[in-house]
Amino acid sequence: MKYVDEFRDGDVAKRLGASIRRAADTDRSYNLMEFCGGHTHAIFRYGVQDLMPENVKFVHGPGCPVCVLPIGRIDNAIALAEEHGAMLCTYGDMMRVPASGRKSLLKTKAAGADVRMVYSTQDALKLARENPHKEVIFFAIGFETTTPPTAVAIKQAQAEGLKNFSIFCNHVLTPAAIQHILQSPEVREMGAVSIDGFFGPSHVSSVIGSEPYEFFAEEFQKPVVIAGFEPLDVMQSALMLINQLNEGRHEVENEYTRVVTREGNLKAQALVAEVFELRREFEWRGLGMVPYSALSIKDAFSEFDAEVKFNVPKIVAYDVKGCECPSILRGVKKPTDCKLFGTVCTPENPMGSCMVSSEGACAAYWSYGRFRQPTADGNNKANQGSNA
Amino acid sequence: MCLAIPARVVSIEEATESAVVALGNVKKTISIALLDDVHIDDYVLLHVGYALHKISEEEAARTLAMFDEAELIEEFEGGDS
Amino acid sequence: MSDKQTKARRFPMRLDIKNGKVDMAHGSGGRAMAQLIEEIFLKHLDNELLNQGNDQAMFNTSAGRMVMSTDGHVISPIFFPGGNIGSLAVHGTVNDVCMSGAKPLYLSASFIIEEGYPLADLNSIVESMAAAAKKAGVAVVTGDTKVVEKGKGDGVFITTTGIGVVPDGVNISGDKAAVGDAILVSGTMGDHGVAIMSSREGLEFETEIQSDSAALNGLVAAMVEAVPDIHCLRDPTRGGLATTLNEIALQSQVGMQLIEKQIPVQPDVTAACELLGLDTLYVANEGKLICICAPDDADKLLEVMQQHAHGKDAAIIGYVIEDEHGFVQMETTFGGSRIVDWLAGEQLPRIC
Repeated sequence: MKYVDEFRDGDVAKRLGASIRRAADTDRSYNLMEFCGGHTHAIFRYGVQDLMPENVKFVHGPGCPVCVLPIGRIDNAIALAEEHGAMLCTYGDMMRVPASGRKSLLKTKAAGADVRMVYSTQDALKLARENPHKEVIFFAIGFETTTPPTAVAIKQAQAEGLKNFSIFCNHVLTPAAIQHILQSPEVREMGAVSIDGFFGPSHVSSVIGSEPYEFFAEEFQKPVVIAGFEPLDVMQSALMLINQLNEGRHEVENEYTRVVTREGNLKAQALVAEVFELRREFEWRGLGMVPYSALSIKDAFSEFDAEVKFNVPKIVAYDVKGCECPSILRGVKKPTDCKLFGTVCTPENPMGSCMVSSEGACAAYWSYGRFRQPTADGNNKANQGSNA
Repeated sequence: MCLAIPARVVSIEEATESAVVALGNVKKTISIALLDDVHIDDYVLLHVGYALHKISEEEAARTLAMFDEAELIEEFEGGDS
Repeated sequence: MSDKQTKARRFPMRLDIKNGKVDMAHGSGGRAMAQLIEEIFLKHLDNELLNQGNDQAMFNTSAGRMVMSTDGHVISPIFFPGGNIGSLAVHGTVNDVCMSGAKPLYLSASFIIEEGYPLADLNSIVESMAAAAKKAGVAVVTGDTKVVEKGKGDGVFITTTGIGVVPDGVNISGDKAAVGDAILVSGTMGDHGVAIMSSREGLEFETEIQSDSAALNGLVAAMVEAVPDIHCLRDPTRGGLATTLNEIALQSQVGMQLIEKQIPVQPDVTAACELLGLDTLYVANEGKLICICAPDDADKLLEVMQQHAHGKDAAIIGYVIEDEHGFVQMETTFGGSRIVDWLAGEQLPRIC
């Protein structure tokens, strides 16, 4: 596959690994946070950690819109399916996320509600057209990458005069979350895990551009490298971050130039601005209330806003006691630091946001990294077993 | 995050703002409502059924070259491996 | 009285296969059911034992060991690229039986049909079933038909049970994988699951990938003849290669080390999985097997497999290692390491 295979080449990986080893200063460590769940996934799925020197550590951030969605909002989605006889359309990721009372969208479907898994908002629109007598509600989640597709659907629904289509909007914003992490006490304090640099999100940036990150680099004096999604992109970006740190720079660099420009996709941005507005604050699971971090649908499009149409109430739900997600999401603790990890909390029975989606730090670690035995210096070396 | 994959535009339908894209021989109908000026054989970034951005061939080549730069320096400096 | 006359008297009008539908009468045990059985089931499945028309099939047994296996088939969509529930049912049970090294002999088939199901579709399914059985050299010797009310079934469910005979000297079992053993697969991974998904509503994409659904008893017979001392055989159906390997690792109390670049996958299957965010290792197969054997037997088995129609893409994909945790590890194409864990529930397409 073009633009994919070349960026997964194992031979190039070895050479890049050698370059990184040469560049990394052995007298210090480099803690690099990948904000995106996609980067977490790539790192674990390809075993990128094994090609990096020990003093370069990946810190997993909260870049998983599934993980950070508060339980109360999932409860709302379930209620929309159960109480209004509506067709509740959702991306596959949300089906198994546990909500209050051990419910989930999958279980709600099993109990008879009309929950439909769709690949695209276009599929939800199609269902609305084909079923004019049924209410079709789309459960919209995701960062800035996934928001323009929702905007298009609303505009198309308006143009077609659809009366039975609405969106339950849970879109959230990346820069706000990064800022929140950087400002949190554990990160600012010395002695706690420090984050030296960031891998900027790949595809959020294709929409919003690299410009929004310039603020962080400047304000918090941390380098940001917008990194592509493939494992070679991650390694090259690590090298660029290491070089910046060695040289005392804190700029925004773009490794993913084949898709990301400074300005991003202006057409998509304009569409989003036309349809959505900022919520004053929004709860992020594990992070608490984050100001100006989420979107709601503007009044002009309120007939497509499920929250208005169906009077969706605010539900406050609490995370499980003992769950260390808040610290793990900030990169302050590791999955293995949580008492619930692997005991009560597993992918089959997730307790907190870090385990619910395969992108979450705990889920990724469980699925891909569990075989690594932590060594005395806190690093993880793969347990290769032995061949008798 | 946001699983997105490069796909090649195979055909375009202006009226519905949609296109058929191919990944290898797997084809899917998607929306190009978020892009202007899409042509056949363009590569686009596909996410949840929408093309989000065109992929620049030139920049891709430049990035691949960047991966190899380090090796060239190593050879030049007669470095270790 | 001739056969034709007998039948003509019993059923004045033939079933309307083209436009007719299954109704409750077809399951009630009376004439309507007898006609359904005769004009669809007996017509296609046609064999001596079944034609006797008893509620049971009687046959001689041989000395030695026999195996029995059963499977319920509830697949949706019922018709998919490369097959349908009928052929799938035969292949599935033949494979389960022959994974013990046994030669499969007879199958039973029990149908639960939803009221209103088109006779044309039922006819196609049974026709496929018969063709699959014939090709595999087995006979469907007994069966049952029930009809449930509309809304209480998903079109058609089929349960098949199969029996077979195990040759002497063959002891294949999931707990026999030993440290150092080679792990082989008979061909490309993920074909069936991708074929199914391409026709599933809400996910449609265009592809030429067909299900790999096939009976593997011929392949197994050739393998067992060449190397009677095969340790493990299993077909990686639901949950894919990853799940089946984890099962064997657990049963045998060993670990496994796989080499990703040696696992055969069709490029279009890779592409489809990328599109949906799925991991090929967890996608179902219906015409492939995993074989674990002593390292010295690997090359010979590979050669035998590659010479067979159902094993031409066979490959050695890894080795069994010592590991008290029972992890299945994999060296990625990238050069790093990961584990290939158990699946947590059905793999669903994802956006992030």
